[in-house]
Amino acid sequence: MSIKTSGQLLCAAALLASSITFAADGEIEALRAALDELRADYETRIAELERRLVAAEQESANAAPTAARSESSAAFNPAIGVIFQGQAWNYANDPANYAVQGFPFGGEAGPFEEGLAIGEAEINVSANVDDKFTAWLTAPLVIEDGESGIEIEEAWIETLALPAGLSARFGRFFSGIGYLNSKHAHSWDFADQPLPYQAFLGDQLLDDGVQLRWVAPTSLYVDVGAELLRGSRYPAAGADNSGFGAHSLFVNVGGDVGSNSSWLAGVSQLRSTSIDRESGDEDEPLIFNGDTDTTIAHFVWKWAPNGNWKQRNLVIQGEAVWRDESGDYTVPGDGPLAYDAEQQGWYLQAVYQPFPRWRFGARLDGLAMDPVAADFDDSSLAAPSDDPRRYSLMTDWSNSEFSRLRLQYTRDEAGPGDDSQWGLQYILSIGAHGGHSF
Amino acid sequence: MMNIKTIALLSVLLPAAAQANISIFACEPEWAALASEIGGQQVTTYSATTALQDPHYIQARPSLIARLRQADLVVCSGADLEIGWLPVLLQKANNPAVMPGSAGYLEASGVVERFDVSANVDRASGDIHPLGNPHVQTNPHNIAAIASVLAERMQQLDVENAATYAAGLADFQLRWRAAIERWEAAATGLSGKRVVTHHKSWVYLERWLGLVEVANLEEVPGLPPTAGHLGRLVAQFENGGADVIVRAPYQDNRASEWLSDRTGIPAVVLPLTVGGTDEATDLFRLFDDIIARLLGATS
Repeated sequence: MSIKTSGQLLCAAALLASSITFAADGEIEALRAALDELRADYETRIAELERRLVAAEQESANAAPTAARSESSAAFNPAIGVIFQGQAWNYANDPANYAVQGFPFGGEAGPFEEGLAIGEAEINVSANVDDKFTAWLTAPLVIEDGESGIEIEEAWIETLALPAGLSARFGRFFSGIGYLNSKHAHSWDFADQPLPYQAFLGDQLLDDGVQLRWVAPTSLYVDVGAELLRGSRYPAAGADNSGFGAHSLFVNVGGDVGSNSSWLAGVSQLRSTSIDRESGDEDEPLIFNGDTDTTIAHFVWKWAPNGNWKQRNLVIQGEAVWRDESGDYTVPGDGPLAYDAEQQGWYLQAVYQPFPRWRFGARLDGLAMDPVAADFDDSSLAAPSDDPRRYSLMTDWSNSEFSRLRLQYTRDEAGPGDDSQWGLQYILSIGAHGGHSF
Repeated sequence: MMNIKTIALLSVLLPAAAQANISIFACEPEWAALASEIGGQQVTTYSATTALQDPHYIQARPSLIARLRQADLVVCSGADLEIGWLPVLLQKANNPAVMPGSAGYLEASGVVERFDVSANVDRASGDIHPLGNPHVQTNPHNIAAIASVLAERMQQLDVENAATYAAGLADFQLRWRAAIERWEAAATGLSGKRVVTHHKSWVYLERWLGLVEVANLEEVPGLPPTAGHLGRLVAQFENGGADVIVRAPYQDNRASEWLSDRTGIPAVVLPLTVGGTDEATDLFRLFDDIIARLLGATS
């Protein structure tokens, strides 16, 4: 209570007391005036108190700190998602006869089945195991030769708590070499892998092993990794050295240029040994024994006005692959013959999103090699007369982050005859779906 | 007695002003700004996004991994706003100090009451966040609550300077409370105004100021506005029924301007965070500008 108010109160009380004994007309008037003044003063004060009460109530309603603090990462445990991919391809030439002269394909490489096919449905499960480990599983449901089955594509655990910017991954995983190699098929910009990945990595190098990675404490992104792999998958085979048949090293650097552009570049090398590696024709395969060194250089440049990716963006990327292979090849009906080859492959692509939902892309990919020993002149290992090339265009429409429809056209000048290939593809995702790496 | 020369010499020889002790990685500019308000020179801040970017659609860029690798404290809106990129950064950055669950990881929206929390989420309803609307920074009372938790974390991470952070917080809260009173007094005329918003980015601002959201330009949250939906909005509002159309700087201007042209309802860009407009240079000016722009458009 302010001094002024208490003064008034005393004054009013005194007036009141005196009015009992000495009531007179003039005094009653004065008394009324004093009371009115007092009432008005209190009314303002009560109104002020009411206003503050309302404000306080609003404040507590607006910003009541909740006792239970929830954080996104714990929303689902484990995170489970399914990716549906299906496609339809049309070829002028029979894809069953597809081969690239000089580059017998191994692993999963080669054109997609002709006609409608569901491809695969892929189940992804991931969660932190505890405070030290996180785990990831990708299990595609596949249909092969009319039989359906479940495969284990990736199954790895990774450390969360190693010091000094280190992490280790164990299990089966896509190798960290190159740029595209560790990307899951649903995040590719084209339906298929470019020629160097098909020719040199069996589409995508997946193997059992250990990966150690280190991120430098610098504002320039520097990431160095090494892998020790079983060596059971193309371009290795046979799990040489008691199941330590391949190893790799990779270095990535990257950064931003202003707020519109960012980039990533890297080099990597895979050294592998093969025991009885099969490639080429499935029924009459070529058998390779020897060493393969695969070296990859890649760069990616991404641009979006103000870095506001949702509206408009452009991605340009390219990779170059050099392969040095020496050992011996057994061509069907022949004994092992010494083989030594230097081969190269590359691709360059651009994908542009001019407005939300629609993207348009173009890709060039090719292979080249030096002549090999004359012993292989009549075989599929002899260098081709013209360098293999492909020209692809694609457009895709994404209704949301979870659905994408794509049309792709490829002019193939790598296979046995020039070919026009048309593909339609859908990629849909339900359930939990983590973000994509750069 | 020391003369001026000695003092000058000493000041050169002594280490420069205390070096920053906490490196803060903020997912959005408002949290970087708040951290600077509290931590002052004790902290360095880096914002992964700018006010001109939709924070839901960010590339997990190499530069962000490098920044996260060296961060002591990550402050993000949370509630899945950064789900498309922050988990990737955390996985790649190999920095256990900022993993979810540690003292170095703070989700701002986890500190306040979130609106629109939905137990039953069907993606047919669009890009709905089951954990609630993440754009909590548009109510300054939320910022006050988050400031206290953020200061606690700073004290936890840099115990030696705990008193500095406490003082920084007290100073901020004093200035902030006065500013809130000022904003609320200035904005009394906005109560009851009907707004059409591009995306549900403003629910906390609306509740604070008593604005009434009558429609969104996005028919399905997160998906671009469609012609059919905009046509229906013209029919709905051509004879009144809304006072202002609001969008954030990173949202496509065409839909709101198209609707504005056909209905005569003014369209206004409001900064959703610090840096969203030339005027919104810090947290205080952010709300100054939001209110000034709303008053300007509705007067």
